[in-house]
Amino acid sequence: MSWRLSHDGLREVLMVMMVAMLLLLPMVGLRTVDSSSGLGIDLHIAAVFWAVLLIGLGKKSLVAARENIPVIAYPAACVMLLSGFLAPLPTGFLEFFALAGGFICLTNAILMTLRGGRPISKNSFGEGMDVVATKIQAATPQVAWVMFAIVVALPFVFPDRYVLDVSILILTYIMLGWGLNIIVGLAGLLDLGYVAFYAVGAYSYALLAINFDLSFWVCLPLAGILAAFGGLLLGFPVLRLRGDYFAIVTLGFGEIIRVVLINWYQVTGGPDGINSVPRPSFFGLAEFTRRPSGDLPAFHEMFGLDYSSIHRIIFLYYLILVLALVVNFLSVRLRKMPIGRAWEAMREDEIACKSLGLNRTNLKLMAFMISATFGGFAGAFFATKQGFISPESFTFIESAIILAIVVLGGMGSQLGIVIATLLVIGLPEIFRDLELYRMLTFGIGMVLVMVWRPRGLLAVREPSIRLHGLHGKGAKS
Amino acid sequence: MLVIENLRTNYGAIEALKGISLDVQEGEIVTLIGANGAGKSTTLMSISGAVPAQSGRIIFDGEDITKLPAHEIVRRKIAQAPEGRRIFPRMTVEENLMLGAMTADPQNYDRNRDEVFELFPRLKERRSQRGGTLSGGEQQMLAIGRALMSEPRLLILDEPSLGLAPMIVRQIFEIIAKVNKERGLTVFMVEQNANQALKIAHRAHVLVTGEITLSGKGAELRANEEVRAAYLEGH
Ligand SMILES: Nc1ncnc2c1ncn2[C@@H]1O[C@H](COP(=O)(O)OP(=O)(O)OP(=O)(O)O)[C@@H](O)[C@H]1O
Ligand SMILES: [Mg+2]
Repeated sequence: MSWRLSHDGLREVLMVMMVAMLLLLPMVGLRTVDSSSGLGIDLHIAAVFWAVLLIGLGKKSLVAARENIPVIAYPAACVMLLSGFLAPLPTGFLEFFALAGGFICLTNAILMTLRGGRPISKNSFGEGMDVVATKIQAATPQVAWVMFAIVVALPFVFPDRYVLDVSILILTYIMLGWGLNIIVGLAGLLDLGYVAFYAVGAYSYALLAINFDLSFWVCLPLAGILAAFGGLLLGFPVLRLRGDYFAIVTLGFGEIIRVVLINWYQVTGGPDGINSVPRPSFFGLAEFTRRPSGDLPAFHEMFGLDYSSIHRIIFLYYLILVLALVVNFLSVRLRKMPIGRAWEAMREDEIACKSLGLNRTNLKLMAFMISATFGGFAGAFFATKQGFISPESFTFIESAIILAIVVLGGMGSQLGIVIATLLVIGLPEIFRDLELYRMLTFGIGMVLVMVWRPRGLLAVREPSIRLHGLHGKGAKS
Repeated sequence: MLVIENLRTNYGAIEALKGISLDVQEGEIVTLIGANGAGKSTTLMSISGAVPAQSGRIIFDGEDITKLPAHEIVRRKIAQAPEGRRIFPRMTVEENLMLGAMTADPQNYDRNRDEVFELFPRLKERRSQRGGTLSGGEQQMLAIGRALMSEPRLLILDEPSLGLAPMIVRQIFEIIAKVNKERGLTVFMVEQNANQALKIAHRAHVLVTGEITLSGKGAELRANEEVRAAYLEGH
């Protein structure tokens, strides 16, 4: 075992520091400022100095790990990590960089030790991840039950407004992810305008509830039906399209719905949106207010509790939980039904499907309508939770996030979508303190996932039928 | 049972079929042989509704099916195992079979599947293996089995021998002949492997650049000098 970096390794570290210095000097070191005499230039030599030093440390740790010299790899990584807390770093970003970089280097060093110094090639890494993904897939029922228990118990363990709000947000996106998954993951059609169905659901609920005084429980199925109708509307023109063209039309559809919402002022309130969307009652039995205005009793009085605004949040939490579980249950059932298998077949080989007599028109329309219905449910929930909706909530970025969740999760995997939602929605929420950098980390995270798991986190296809006892025997014999 | 009258099919300006006529009687095996690009696959795809016919008629059991969409034709009990097999590679053998049964009565599924497994015991052994990991011969068996799952009265096969070792080819042709004999299933089959195909076929047609140049009994064509020279030497 060596105690020093090889000659080449040392040179590599120095080279990286050189390049970093050359790049950072003009980009970070010189900063224009407004001064009384016009545009002036400030020097930020300290920032450049620290940045180059940190980059050098990180690189040294990585090289040392590669050359199997733990006595350098670990200290370098630790120094980098600690400097994030201790060193007088001039900017918040450098602190973040030191922490994140140190963490990555340390992980790398540990992985290297575990592998006995064998370098981690992208291939073996991918295989390793495949094994992990397969194991998680195989353990899905257990994982699902554990998650279910945690999720059900959560409001009692943390009856905290913030925790519940974030959880409701995550559950909403999980539900949307599962809904979109039917089009994208199962039927294999790239839908860039899923938010349209979400919007139709939300506005349907708001308008029906306000204008016709219908309760949430009546409006929910109606919102689903109207969204399904939207699915049909979108479905017909895009039936003959495929691939890129299909994606573009769905993108347009999403925008059309938004533009209609903005401009149909008389009905939708235009850009101002709809205020005071009715809150859900406790199954039409009680209201979640201190002093109910209508004839219904107050929830807390009904159950002899003290009034607390958290009751409504908890109710909303369980509401979205139940809705999401219903969507999950139906999706899993659909996948095992002939129609689910036909969707998958259509995704894999359209010509073969033709020769087997599958009616692709009906299959696509069904996928659209079912998926849209789920989006509509989520939209109705969103409207009642927020109490206020406007076209702002239904921009393209929402479609993109939901799609990112489905793709990251590994097209078609129910559990993958849960994990992806936790990463995409949950992590940025937790790192809210980092403000600007949280979107940066989000971006880096997405890139890393796509480099390492190009087919998604849990992209392992499970057969839709299992033969008890016989499973796997055929493969061996 | 199946009658094709003066069928023309074009791909844009390319005339793939220049007016062919042929018929398949109930209980027969009829084969269409010809070189690459002769229009064999085009004929089959015209029958199954995958490419539209320019003119002419395709009649099945007295019904004009020329303009029907592909999924309606499978419902008329015409099943096709397309060229290149087109197995669903990520799905298991049994899932592939299930997809073949989409147009059939679900109540008959178990029985039909067991019949396919009886014909192809190899598939039964490998029922939970993924289609993509099967050998070429097994994939062809699966493609035929999958087509049989729709309870066809007419089975259409596009080059079942494609890319297979002679022994496997013989095995598959034996099974085709057996299904024809024992169940009376009518088979219309396209082949380049003329020798084997003519052995089991009752009647055969030779297709040359979109036109049928020769027709006759399987055995007759096998003895025919022209056919021997063009398609049989070297096989
Ligand atoms: N989609 C298409 N577009 C344009 N031309 C086509 C198309 N498909 C086939 N052709 C042309 O039609 C002719 C007949 O093709 P076909 O596939 O029917 O031949 P084949 O007899 O099945 O040949 P092979 O034995 O090689 O499969 C060929 O000249 C081919 O180039
Ligand atoms: Mg062909």
